Amino acid sequence: MINVKRVVLDILKPHRPNALEFCGRIAELGPGYRVKLTVVEMDEKTQTLGVVIEADNIDFDGVKEVINRMGASLHSIDEVEVINSPDTPPEKR
Amino acid sequence: MRRYFVVNGFDGALTMLGLNMGFYISGSVEPSVAVSACLGAAIALGMSGLTSAYLSESAERSRWLQELEEAMLADMSDSLHSTATRVVPVLVALVNGGAPLLVSLLITVPWWLASMGIETGLQPLKAAIAVAFLSLFGLGFFLGIVSGTSWFWTGIKAMLIASVTALLIVSIGN
Repeated sequence: MINVKRVVLDILKPHRPNALEFCGRIAELGPGYRVKLTVVEMDEKTQTLGVVIEADNIDFDGVKEVINRMGASLHSIDEVEVINSPDTPPEKR
Repeated sequence: MRRYFVVNGFDGALTMLGLNMGFYISGSVEPSVAVSACLGAAIALGMSGLTSAYLSESAERSRWLQELEEAMLADMSDSLHSTATRVVPVLVALVNGGAPLLVSLLITVPWWLASMGIETGLQPLKAAIAVAFLSLFGLGFFLGIVSGTSWFWTGIKAMLIASVTALLIVSIGN
């Protein structure tokens, strides 16, 4: 099973919501999510962000939905780390 | 929202004060006539506040969203910003229309009680004018609390405004 462990995203976001709320909403996707945000550039209305998301298995569709809901747009996926975990066999009784 | 409440509350209170000062100058008025006049004014004030706020706030919010979409180079119709563009004008309109309506209805209560034959021990005209002054003091009081300044002096300032308004009406009327 392919698990996405880490992604680095290039995101364009309006000033509101602020960085704390933005990260928090992504982290709410599941327990164990770690989100690190860096503001790369800023202008009058928008911020360009580098966002690193780490988790045991990142729900990328969920991440995209949160980004859209926050009024931001995903410009590119700059880094990805995935792992092919063996499927856990069902317990024998 | 607080600002809209106070500004439009003032509108309602001063309009009702003006109406009642007009009754005072005219000499006498039947309670049922006063109730109808005050209700008419209250509803008109409420509708004016509601519709003007909704139209102007909607236009401003739509323009803001459009400018943001141009900066973002993206369609934001599924975002919270788009939701806010639809919801906030409704909330602002409700406060804008509700504030003068509520204050006006409060000032109309003495007339309404008189028209129902309920004795309060006060002449309805004097009671309505007193309620108008107290409403303005209350709005000033609220402003003082919100701004962290002396609620007493902001209340007094509001009553001063009411006094000047009343004096102007009486002097022009006479």
